[in-house]
Amino acid sequence: MEDVKKIMHVMRRAPHGSIYTYEGLEMILIMAAYEQDLSVAFIGDGVYALKKDQDTEGIGIKGFAKTFMALDMYDVEKLYVDKESLEERGLAEDDLLVDVEVLTSEEIGKLMNEQDVVVPH
Amino acid sequence: MRLSTPSCFYITRTIVSTVNIGILLKEGPYNHQASDTAFKFAEAAIKKGHKVDAVFLYNDGVTNVTKHMDPPQDDRDIAKRWNELGEKHGVGVLACIAASKRRGISDDVIIEKGEITGLGTLTDIAIRNDRLVTFGD
Amino acid sequence: MLHTINKSPFESNTLETCIRFLQPGDPLLFIEDGVYAVQAGNKFSDLVNSTLQNNPVYALQPDLEARGISSTTEGVKSVDYEGFVELVEEHQVNSWL
Repeated sequence: MEDVKKIMHVMRRAPHGSIYTYEGLEMILIMAAYEQDLSVAFIGDGVYALKKDQDTEGIGIKGFAKTFMALDMYDVEKLYVDKESLEERGLAEDDLLVDVEVLTSEEIGKLMNEQDVVVPH
Repeated sequence: MRLSTPSCFYITRTIVSTVNIGILLKEGPYNHQASDTAFKFAEAAIKKGHKVDAVFLYNDGVTNVTKHMDPPQDDRDIAKRWNELGEKHGVGVLACIAASKRRGISDDVIIEKGEITGLGTLTDIAIRNDRLVTFGD
Repeated sequence: MLHTINKSPFESNTLETCIRFLQPGDPLLFIEDGVYAVQAGNKFSDLVNSTLQNNPVYALQPDLEARGISSTTEGVKSVDYEGFVELVEEHQVNSWL
C-alpha cells in the first residue's frame, strides 16, 4: 500500500493545564482508524501525560489516562518517550501508564525525519 | 488546456512542480499571531502556484470562522479573510466538529465558506497532500 | 525536515528542545516571537552560531521587521513568506509549537 503515510504526533505539553494533549489524543484515535503508520512522541512536559496516578476528579476535568492505556487496542503501538525529558523530571519508565519505547533525542530525531507528516499538540 | 511541450522540457528548466498543501491551524484569531502567519503563508503559496487544499481548524482555531466578528475598521477582519480565501481560491475552510461543539461553534454562526467537518477529513487532508503545515501557539 | 520555532527563547525552552532533535542539514526557521532568538549579540547568539555549523538557519523577515530587529546573528538568512513557501517546497515541516 503506497498510500500509507508516516504520521507522527508530538506531545509536548503537560496535560490538564491546557486542552492540547486531550484534543491531540482525540485526533490520534480518529487517525488510527485510517490505517496509516502512526506514532506518538512524548517530549518535554508531554511525558507527564503518561504519568501514573493522575486523578482529575478534584479539578473537575475529565481525565484521559485510561484512553492512553487503550491506544494499544486502536493499534497505535509506536509510543516513543524522550529519555532526557523523562530523566530531567525525575521520572522512570516504571512511572508511566503504558508500555513505551524510551529513546534518545538522537533516535527520536531520526524517526521524525522519516515522517511524511508531523502533528504537534 | 493540454500542453504540447514534452515534459522533459520543463524538467530541464527546473520548474518546481505544484506542491499540494494542507494547513492545520490550532489557535484562535487575534490572541496569537498563528492565524495571521497561516494566512500569509497560504497566500504566498497560492501566489507561487501551489495548491492549498484546505485550512483545517482545530483546538481554539475553530473560532477563526465565526461570522459575527466585527473588529475596528483599521484592523484586519480574520473571518472575512478566510472566507475570501475560500471564495477566490477554493481553499476549504474546515472547522473540526468535536472542537467546534465544545466551543459553541455551529453552522449558524460560521462564515459562508466555512464548513464543520470531522477529524477524518483532516486525516484525508494529511494523506492526499504533499505537506501538512501546522500553525499555532 | 524543516523545523519552525515561534516562541521567544527567553520565555520558552522550545529552541533548546528542538535543537536536541535536529538532524544535520535540517533547516531551522524562526517565525513570530521565535525571531528574537537571532537578534545579534543576545545570549542565544552562541547557540545559534553552533547550530549554524550543521544547519541552515532562517528567520522570517516580516517578523524581524515587526519587532524592530535589524541586526541578526551572522549566517542567519532572512526570508519572506515566499521564502518560507520555498522551504516547504523542499521539506516536510515540523512545527515546534
